[in-house]
Amino acid sequence: MNTLKLDLENYKELLQEYIKTEDEQALYQAEQFSKHSMQQNISPEEIINVHIQSLQEIYPDMPRYIQSSMNFLLETMISYGLAYQEYQTLREKQLELKSEISVAANMQKTLLSTVKPDLSEIDVGALSVPAKQMNGDYHHFVHDGKGSLGIAVADVIGKGVPAALCMSMIKYSMDSFSGMRTDPSVILGSLNRVVERNVDASMFITMFYGLYNSNEHTFTFSSAGHEPGYYYHKDRDEFEEIDVPGLVLGVSPEVTYKQYEKRVEKGDMIILLTDGVTECRQGDRFIDQEEILHVIKQYSHLPAQGIVDQVYKHFERLQDFQLRDDFTLIILRRNV
Amino acid sequence: MNLSIDVTNNEGVSNVVLTGEVDAFTAPKLKDTLLPLTKEKGQVVEVDFQDVNYMDSTGLGVFISALKSTKEHESEMRLVHMQDRVYRLFKITGLTEIINIESTVQGGM
Repeated sequence: MNTLKLDLENYKELLQEYIKTEDEQALYQAEQFSKHSMQQNISPEEIINVHIQSLQEIYPDMPRYIQSSMNFLLETMISYGLAYQEYQTLREKQLELKSEISVAANMQKTLLSTVKPDLSEIDVGALSVPAKQMNGDYHHFVHDGKGSLGIAVADVIGKGVPAALCMSMIKYSMDSFSGMRTDPSVILGSLNRVVERNVDASMFITMFYGLYNSNEHTFTFSSAGHEPGYYYHKDRDEFEEIDVPGLVLGVSPEVTYKQYEKRVEKGDMIILLTDGVTECRQGDRFIDQEEILHVIKQYSHLPAQGIVDQVYKHFERLQDFQLRDDFTLIILRRNV
Repeated sequence: MNLSIDVTNNEGVSNVVLTGEVDAFTAPKLKDTLLPLTKEKGQVVEVDFQDVNYMDSTGLGVFISALKSTKEHESEMRLVHMQDRVYRLFKITGLTEIINIESTVQGGM
């Protein structure tokens, strides 16, 4: 209360000075006064009240009509005061929500974290960057210790919190399959039933599941409507699209997924991604796949993680460092 | 970019002409228009994609829920005059197998 009183005195002096000199300096001080008042949560009508009191003190013989008009103005400002209070409350709530979302985002990070496997037979690079706080992309490695490496890459349609919640469900389902058969077609079939039962009709998930057998160097995979990946043939120095049919998860409960197998030669690469990579836009122009492959090739002398990082940097620059969609890229390369 | 949606009804057939982009911003509007049309038994809903040059996955979600609704209410949906870029999205996701789609007007049909 003390500070407010002090300010009252202050306001009166400022007003008096301005009326006398009409000096800009006083106007500037008035601006400072209003900023200070806002920090103290003082409402507009309180300021008018201060103004009336100051006037009365400076001009004890103030005409009655000015006094009345001031009271009139005071009443008119009351709604503004209420709106201002409301704004303050909303601002506090918004800050609260923001911090809650960042707690959730951290939790998601922990829940969905996956460890990039360290294998001597294959070199693995992986990167996933969310466009907003919560990531709607998901990738997961499952290493059985007997030379088999499972890789899942998924994209939930929709962004933000709902997509993230959906991802957590996928992660738990996948965990519950561990120890069971790891055929990609079986995994996608089971996940499809889980998603179909549990998510809203307009939500769906695309997923690519691959299994790398590092004893025989074969790659077995199935796709549920996921963005096609690429296969790089070292001997021919050529890319091939891994475009296999399969319906997205969560649309029809009866779907079965076909499984495909590829023999992987030394130096060959498997490139898996989400549509955040192919849907990159530069202004109105879309980045086409040739450009992505060109960038990958340009850095192919680097280790897999190096290539992945460079591709991300390239597209981040193209989009002025503003990702429109979550970005996930995984590269596997046979070493020996 | 905006999306304009024009609906004309003609003896059991609803023609829905889309112009613009279907993305996260415009998809809710499309959903609100499209879904009620599919809830009438026997109704045929034809969506014209001639002037849609961009659609993202949120848009696909709208057509998936519309498809589910046609099955539930015994109505029918077909998508016509679809451009390559948009068709690619339906193709990758396997939806061309379960949704009635007539792709680009080749040679002006």
